Amino acid sequence: MAGLTPSGQGNGSGYRRIVAPLLLPTWLMIGIFLVLPVLLMAIYSFLTKEFRGGVIWDFTLASYDQFFLNRGLFGDEPPVIEWTYITIFWRSIWQAAVATLICLAIGFPTAWFIATRPPRSRAIWLFLITIPYWVNLLIRTVSLKFLIRDNGPLNEPLMALGLITDPLPLVNTNLAVQLGLFYSYLPFMVLPIYAAVERYNFALSEAAADLYASRWVTLWEIVLPVVKPGIIAGCILVFVPSLGAFLAPDLLGGAKTFMIGSLIDEQFRGSQGNWPFGAAAAMILMTLVLIVLMFYARAQAREGAR
Amino acid sequence: MRWMSTAIEIRSAVKRYGTTTALHAVSLEIADNAFFTLLGPSGCGKTTLLRCIAGFEDLNEGEIRLFGQDIARLDPNHRPVNTVFQHYALFPHMTVLENVAFGLKMIGVSLDDRRARAGRMLEMVHLSAFADRMPTQLSGGQQQRVALARALAPEPKVLLLDEPLSALDLKLRQAMRVELKTLQEETGITFVFVTHDQEEALTMSDRIAVMSQGRVQQVGSAREIYEAPVNRFVADFIGETNLIEVTVERIEGDWARVILPGGHVIRCAAAGTSPGKHHLSIRPERLSLAKTGELVATIERVVYLGTDLQLLTRLTSGEAIQVRLQNSARTEVPAPGTQVALHLEEGAARLLAD
Repeated sequence: MAGLTPSGQGNGSGYRRIVAPLLLPTWLMIGIFLVLPVLLMAIYSFLTKEFRGGVIWDFTLASYDQFFLNRGLFGDEPPVIEWTYITIFWRSIWQAAVATLICLAIGFPTAWFIATRPPRSRAIWLFLITIPYWVNLLIRTVSLKFLIRDNGPLNEPLMALGLITDPLPLVNTNLAVQLGLFYSYLPFMVLPIYAAVERYNFALSEAAADLYASRWVTLWEIVLPVVKPGIIAGCILVFVPSLGAFLAPDLLGGAKTFMIGSLIDEQFRGSQGNWPFGAAAAMILMTLVLIVLMFYARAQAREGAR
Repeated sequence: MRWMSTAIEIRSAVKRYGTTTALHAVSLEIADNAFFTLLGPSGCGKTTLLRCIAGFEDLNEGEIRLFGQDIARLDPNHRPVNTVFQHYALFPHMTVLENVAFGLKMIGVSLDDRRARAGRMLEMVHLSAFADRMPTQLSGGQQQRVALARALAPEPKVLLLDEPLSALDLKLRQAMRVELKTLQEETGITFVFVTHDQEEALTMSDRIAVMSQGRVQQVGSAREIYEAPVNRFVADFIGETNLIEVTVERIEGDWARVILPGGHVIRCAAAGTSPGKHHLSIRPERLSLAKTGELVATIERVVYLGTDLQLLTRLTSGEAIQVRLQNSARTEVPAPGTQVALHLEEGAARLLAD
């Protein structure tokens, strides 16, 4: 008995000695791929623009000022709110939200369908869903543009059949961008919902029917609340990258569909860019996303505490 | 008057899954205000039959009448029956009270009324203190009682119970048996109870339907199916029994002359048999040791069971026979290897038709 306590302590510190180096890769990952880039971006957003692209190490709030306020052409007028970038932000949120809703409307039935197949064919369906994603996103987006252009394989047969007289104006519209985002991120909606539905206990639906609930009521009152975590995970996974996307808006949208991802992208291109301003826009975008996620986390915690 | 007292009438119900048939033209009558049990081993069709009554499965052929009305083609939400599921299937995102009130909400009971009624249901199953808990915060036994309260709340005409006790531990299971039976008597609702546990069936049921391979083998009271099993399956499945092959020499009216192994001749109820080879079922507790008896056996092993002694013996003709003796101070325990005579009590042997 006497020897137990000291040796126990020895084991404890030995454990710690082993764990610290084992955790090192994790800390390195977080440090190099999360903390460092965000920190770099945060610092850049407070620096001064260098004309050929790049930065001067001169700390200033100019980029944030430029984002939110307009001080006239020569910077000497009283500041008024600058709507240009706020409008781009708002449009991005709107586009991303619509794309998320389209993904949900298509993705939920798809996920439900796959999850209710016999176990062996589920793997095949999931594989089929992921096949387009083996192709590069750029190529897929260009293909979509080809598909929906005025004399493309969508419009031409419709016109040949006489169903429409003029081609459907799809390219360079908000809808085209939303379709592009939907096409880019659909699996991110399908997979988490699939995982939730697959775990769903169908005896709950039977119990609801047994207690006089119709199919619709069962869907609204039982199925959706129970698989909600999967739906929300899917929505976040689609909404967040859609918000910062620039490929779909650039290729499928016109000047009127300019989105925040394109704005940031432009600031880091060649000598035309403005690195601090791009960094500031990225920081504002990230803050916005974090606020949304925090509200969600708080709502979840409140529900869990019930 | 007969139709009034029948809660459920099943006529030639057939259910097929692809090429396998789960129910072979099953016909049953379940009296109102009864505790009726469907008993059988797994895969015998008892759960399928229950699910057909509830409406989760459609019959391929046949009728299910509930108080005279054919319900076999109705959706489950239009059948005035409620189910207690094997793994309870409580709604995980609702409180206990919301779970119990769900059925009432669906049939349009007002908020105040359904709160009150759900509250009374929880009182009945002794869970009033847990009304605001979530189902995951309850023990298995408590979840079981919530499921029961939820199914009883809309006051169904028939309550279906799908092996509701199988997930509970032994002590709780025994307590719940009594509770269920009391509940059935208090509410006057017909209970249709599915189980593979013959002890459960014997202790609770007014009537039992023994099922095997998609067919009803026998319907009767606990006593009837235990003491007068109609075939080998029922005799073997309900309780313990000794099945020995015998020869029916001849039939004399309702009685059969039966030649036992060893040559002794006894008289048994004919039970629809004809002369020839048949099986005889003898319950172990209906055999006793005697100076002289109808069977002669050698003791192979004595198993001490507390209240009982189990003797594993072998007839001179080679068949194994179990004997159960009550354990009392006067019980003399014969040593293994001893040859003993076994006496059959009057009516202890039951001739089986198959």
